[in-house]
Amino acid sequence: MVMVDVFRALDDETRRTILDELSSHDGQTLFEICSILAMRHNLSLTRQAISQHLGVLESAGLVATERRGRSKFHHFNPAPLAEIADRWPIQKRIQ
Amino acid sequence: MKIALTSLFVDDQRAALAFYTDVLGFTKGHDIPLGDDFWLTVRSPESPDSPELLLEPASHPAVKPYRDALMEDGIPLAQFAVEDLTSEYARLTGRGVVFTQPPTDIGTALMAVFDDTCGNLIQLIEMKQA
Repeated sequence: MVMVDVFRALDDETRRTILDELSSHDGQTLFEICSILAMRHNLSLTRQAISQHLGVLESAGLVATERRGRSKFHHFNPAPLAEIADRWPIQKRIQ
Repeated sequence: MKIALTSLFVDDQRAALAFYTDVLGFTKGHDIPLGDDFWLTVRSPESPDSPELLLEPASHPAVKPYRDALMEDGIPLAQFAVEDLTSEYARLTGRGVVFTQPPTDIGTALMAVFDDTCGNLIQLIEMKQA
């Protein structure tokens, strides 16, 4: 995992919204993510554009995909964010 | 001009007829033998004026790659309207139907997506009362 890819992936409001939705309801198909972005967030994007955003999140390790049956489901993976917190720990400052 | 008929490709027409009638609750329209296949339609008893749904054989070579790609991305090929999605979801899961998307609130409606066991994903929608 390259940390710069994580920051680049997070540097986009649509991708952050996708992570919000996956972290509140994990395991969604491309179709479900598209529907929610359009209907709940009024984001007018093509399916191809959303698919590309998911690709960026996946190559940064923030999203993992899993096949269940014949469909592909997307999951939020917070591990790269934990790396950031490990590098610049928050706890010590607060205490 | 009216929309009279729309179609879905199905892996096995007899299995599809059983699923669309016994499980979903549609009734059989036409069932005309065409060699080894059939010109097979179903309709909804709740809306006799709606278009019929043709359950078409999936043997054409273009069908598999087309449907596999849509299935992978979770894209449904038809949408059926229900009065009460929560109870339909409970009824269908009780009959072993697998959903790729549980009932989800999308603001103006509730929607869900299930596998029709014949190679397609189907969306169910309940429009919220205005």
